[in-house]
Amino acid sequence: MLGGDGTPPYLAGVTDAPAALVEDIDSVALPRRFRLWFEGRGWQPRPHQRAVLDLVTAGRSALLIAPTGAGKTLSGFLPSLIALDGRPRSRPGAAKRGIHTLYISPLKALAVDIERNLARPIAKMGLDVSVETRTGDTPGHKRQRQKLVPPDILLTTPEQLALLLASKDADRFFSDLQTVVLDELHSLVTSKRGHLLSLGLARLGRMRPGLTTIGLSATVADPDGLRRWLVPQDPPGAMAEIIEVKGGARPVIRILESDDRIPWSGHSARYAIADIYEEIRRNRTTLVFVNTRSQAEMVFQELWTVNEDSLPIALHHGSLDVGQRRRVEKAMETNSLRAIVATSTLDLGIDWGDVDLVIHVGAPKGASRLAQRIGRSNHRMDEPSRAILVPANRFEVLECRAAVEGNYLGAQDTPPLVDGALDVLAQHVLGMACAGPFTADALFDEVRRAEPYARLAREDFDQVVAFVATGGYALRSYERFARIRQTADGTWRLSHPSVAQQYRLNVGTIIEAPMLTVRLARSQRRSGPLRGGLVLGQVEEYFLEQLAPGDTFLFAGKVLRFEAIRENECFVSTAADTEARIPAYAGGKFPLSTYLADQVRAMLADPGTWSRLPDQVADWLRLQRDKSVLPDRDNLLIETFPRAARHYMVCYPFEGRLAHQTLGMLLTRRLERLGARPLGFVATDYALAIWSLGDMGAMAARGDLSWAALFEEDMLGDDLEAWLDESFLLKRTFRNCAVIAGLIERRHPGKEKTGRQVTVSADLIYDVLRTHEPDHILLKATRVDAATGLLDVRRLGEMLARIKGRIVHRDLERISPLAVPIMLEIGRETVGGEASDSLLAEIADELVHEAIDD
Amino acid sequence: MNWYMKPSMTERRAMPPRAPALLETGLAGETVLLDPAGIAFLPDSRTMLVSDLHLEKGTALSGRRNFLPPYDTRETLLRLAVTLARHRPAVVVSLGDSFHDGNGAARLADEDRALLSSLMAGRQWVWISGNHDPDAPAGLPGDTASELCIGALALRHEPSAGSPGCGEIAGHLHPGARVVQRGRSVRRPCFAIDGRRMIMPAFGAYTGALNILDRAFHGLFDPQEMRACMLGQDRLYAVARNRLIGD
Repeated sequence: MLGGDGTPPYLAGVTDAPAALVEDIDSVALPRRFRLWFEGRGWQPRPHQRAVLDLVTAGRSALLIAPTGAGKTLSGFLPSLIALDGRPRSRPGAAKRGIHTLYISPLKALAVDIERNLARPIAKMGLDVSVETRTGDTPGHKRQRQKLVPPDILLTTPEQLALLLASKDADRFFSDLQTVVLDELHSLVTSKRGHLLSLGLARLGRMRPGLTTIGLSATVADPDGLRRWLVPQDPPGAMAEIIEVKGGARPVIRILESDDRIPWSGHSARYAIADIYEEIRRNRTTLVFVNTRSQAEMVFQELWTVNEDSLPIALHHGSLDVGQRRRVEKAMETNSLRAIVATSTLDLGIDWGDVDLVIHVGAPKGASRLAQRIGRSNHRMDEPSRAILVPANRFEVLECRAAVEGNYLGAQDTPPLVDGALDVLAQHVLGMACAGPFTADALFDEVRRAEPYARLAREDFDQVVAFVATGGYALRSYERFARIRQTADGTWRLSHPSVAQQYRLNVGTIIEAPMLTVRLARSQRRSGPLRGGLVLGQVEEYFLEQLAPGDTFLFAGKVLRFEAIRENECFVSTAADTEARIPAYAGGKFPLSTYLADQVRAMLADPGTWSRLPDQVADWLRLQRDKSVLPDRDNLLIETFPRAARHYMVCYPFEGRLAHQTLGMLLTRRLERLGARPLGFVATDYALAIWSLGDMGAMAARGDLSWAALFEEDMLGDDLEAWLDESFLLKRTFRNCAVIAGLIERRHPGKEKTGRQVTVSADLIYDVLRTHEPDHILLKATRVDAATGLLDVRRLGEMLARIKGRIVHRDLERISPLAVPIMLEIGRETVGGEASDSLLAEIADELVHEAIDD
Repeated sequence: MNWYMKPSMTERRAMPPRAPALLETGLAGETVLLDPAGIAFLPDSRTMLVSDLHLEKGTALSGRRNFLPPYDTRETLLRLAVTLARHRPAVVVSLGDSFHDGNGAARLADEDRALLSSLMAGRQWVWISGNHDPDAPAGLPGDTASELCIGALALRHEPSAGSPGCGEIAGHLHPGARVVQRGRSVRRPCFAIDGRRMIMPAFGAYTGALNILDRAFHGLFDPQEMRACMLGQDRLYAVARNRLIGD
C-alpha cells in the first residue's frame, strides 16, 4: 500500500538519511499536483522518500533499506512520477516515447499488486503516465502492442527482462530508459535469478550509461554487497548511495508456552495445536507460517480436527492448484478468513490486509527470515507486529529463544552473496547473441560490470562461449552445427534464427522439481479403469517415487491413497484413514543460520541463560550436564555409547543439516577405512549420529582411532571428491545446470509425453561426461553449485577449522540426554539416499525364502 | 578451497573390477548366462548377445543444435570391450538398434570406428536390423540379418506377437524394473524372462529403460513365470512380478 493509510507523516523512532548525504544535492521542489495530493491526505513525503527523490533526480543510484510499511514502493516510484509529469507533452506525429522506468520484482503477483497501487495516485493526481505489467501471463497481442507502444512504466520480472534484452530491437525499446526500480532486492540477489538479472542490468547500463537504479530491500547483513550490485563495477567496488530507515515499532514476539510436553524430536508441533487454535480464536486474522509444505498440510489438518467453532481456516502453499490458491488469496483480501496456514509462498511483500498475529511453527532458522515473516502482520510501521513462535522440539526451543533475542538485537543473518553461476552466464551469452553480434572482449567487459561476475576469469568466460557455440567439447563433433559462430570480423553471430526460438523456450533459472498433477480417481473399483476427477494440485515426482499403490499420504488437507501414475498424472483416492502411512519429509528446508547456531551454542554453555527456557528444557540441559557434559561455544562434543548391539557416535556441531549430512558421508568413509564398520548415519540441524558394528569409543581408547585425525580438515580433499563423483546429489544439481545452460531442453507443460525412454536422461549424460571430460565447464558449474547449495562445504570447512584442538570426547555407558532427539530420528529418516544394491539384495533374498517356503 | 577444480577419475578407474557373478538360466532348453553388465552369453555356441547399443545417439540431435556430450559411443564401446574380454565369444550378435539412426555409422569419429573395428576383429559379428537402423551400417564389416536362429532360439529385434513357437531372444523395448523396499525406490534396467522368451536390456550409454509393467510388454510373458533380472553392480537380482512396481 502506498504510504499506508492513516500513517502519520513522520514516524517516531525512524532515523532517516544522514543529512550529509543529501547536502551536496539540491533538494527537489515537489510539483504542485504532488504537494496537493500529499496535503489532501494529510501527509508529507517522508525524509527517506525525499532523499531517494533528490538522489535519483541528481542522477545517482540508491539502495533504500526500510522495514515493511515505510512507504518503500512510493519511494521507488516518486522520482519517476515527478519526472514523467514534468515532460513536455508529446506532439502529434512525434516518435513514440519509450519506457522511462522499469520495475522488476521477483513475483508476478507483486507486479500486479503494484500496478493496482500505482493506479490510484496516478488517477487522483491526474497524471499523464501509463503503467503496464509484462509477465509470463501477459497475452501475446498485448506484448506485441507493448513493443510498438511502450508504457511509461513497465512492471516485469527478471525472466521477461532477459527476453526483452535478447531481441533485436532491445536498443530501441530501451532508448528512453532512465530508471530501474528493483523490488525485494534482498531476496533476488541470493539466487540464480539474481545472477541473470545482474547480467541484464549490466546490458542496460551499457545501452544507457546514465541509468539510475533504485534498490528496495529489507534489512540485510551486508548492505554494501547490494550497493555494489546496483551499479556497474567499473571501477570495481563502486557503490550506490544508501538510505537506511531504522526501526519501525519493535515487534512483540513471544515463544508459545504450552502445558503439554515438548517433544524430543520431530517437526510436527502437534502438541501445540490446541494452543495455536486458542490464539486463532482470540485474534481477528492469524497467519500461521511453517517451513515446509508437508508441515503446512499437517498443521492444517490438525487445526481442523480441533476446529469446534468451524472457523474459516485456509491452507496456502505452492503445490496447491492455482485456482484454489487464488480463492484463498481473494478470501484473505476481503478479510473473510480467520487463519491461513502458509509456506514461504506468502513470504514476499504482497499486501494481505489486516493480519494481526503471525504464528511461526517450527524454528525460523534465521533471525532475518523471522523478522521478514513477522513483517507480514500489521503493515503499519508505527504499530508493533505481534508474533508467537512455536518450537516443534526441544532443540527448536533453544533456537527460537536465540532468534527472539537476535531479533531484539536487530541481528542480521541473511545469506551471503555468491559469485555468479556459469550456467546462468551461458544462458545470457546466448541471449546476447540473439540480440545481435558481439565481440568476446566487449561482452566480457560488460559481464564483469555485473557485481556477481566482477571476479569472473577470462578463461571461464571463453569456455562458456565455446559451450554456447558447440557444447565446448574436446571432441570437436559439432562445429558444423554451431549455434553461434565467430565471423571474419571477429564478432560472434547467431548461426540460424531457430536458435533464438530455442533460447526463448529455455529462458529463466527456476527449475521446478519435476511435478505430477494429483488427481482424484473417479472409479475406485479395483479392476475398473481409472478415470480422472478433480485436480488437487501438484506433487514432486521424487516424492511419488517412494510410494507403492495403496500407500497413503497427506496432501491438500486430505489423507490420500496412491493408486497409480498415468502419463503425467498421479491418481489418488480419498482414504478412510486418519493417519497417512508415508510421512513426508518434514525437516527444515532452510539451514540453521551461522548466527543462530552460535547463539544456541552460547546458550547451552551458559547455565545463567537457562532460566529463560521452559522448565522441561532447562531440566533436560541440567540432566545432560550431570550425565555427560554440555558442548561449549567453541568446542565440538563427541559422545560414544553402545545401544542394542550397535555402537553410536553422536557429535553436536550445530552447523545445519546440509553440512552435517556432508560430514556424515565423509566420516563414514573414513570410519570404514579405519575398520569401524559403520552402518549408517542421520543428520539434523544440530547434531550428527553415526552407528557402527565396531566400538568407536574403545577404538579411541586403544589409540586405533584419533578424533583429531578423523575430523581433520583434509577430509574436504580427496574424500569429498571421491564421494561427490558417486553422489546422487550431484546428478540432481547437474540436471538443473544443464537445463539453465541450455544443454537439456526444458520440460514444457503438455510436451512431456515424450517418455523416459526417448529423451536422454540427465543422469546418463552426467555419467558419460564426468568419465570422458571431467573438466567440462558444466561439471565445474555443477560442483560449485553443489558445494554451496547442497553440501554446505564452506560451512563445514569453517567448522572443522574452528574445532581444531577443541574436541571433547565422552565415552558413555548409555545414551546421553542431549543425544535423545537425534536417536529418535533414526529410522524415521532414510539414510544416505543412494539407490543401493543392498535393497535389491533384500528383495531377491526374500524371493529365495518364498521359493523355499513353498 | 578449490577441491572442485581437480576432479580425478583415475583412482576409481584404476580399481580392479570385481568379477561379476553370472546368472545361469534356461530358455527353451538352451543354457543362457546373464551378465550384470547387460549382455547374454550362449556357452554352447560361444555366442555373445547385446542389444540396443544406440551408438551415436549423443550426436543424433546435433542437427537440431542440441549438443549432448558426444562420448556415449566411446563409453558404450569401452563397456562392450570389457564384456568381450570376459567372455571371449566366437560370435557376437547385436540385436538391432545398434546405431541410433541410419546415418549413425557415418558419423562415427575416427577413433571410435577404429575401436569398434578392433572389437570385431577375429570373430563373427552379426548386425540384426532394428527399427532405428533397418539397413546395414555403412562402411563396417560384419553380416547383416533381420533375424537369426541359434539352436532352439530365434534372435530378433522386436519380440514376436503372442507366445513364440520356439525360444526367442529380442530387444527393442529397453526393459527396466522398479522395486520399492523400505520406503526407497530402486529402478534398474533388467532382463525380462520367462521360460520361453527373453527381452534384453538396452546396452547403450544413453539408453533409458521402460518399466516392464508398461502396456508395451502386455501379453509377452507368462505372469506366473516371469522374472525381472535387475542389473546390479556385480550380480543380477531376480525379482518376481508381484514385487514389481509400475512407474
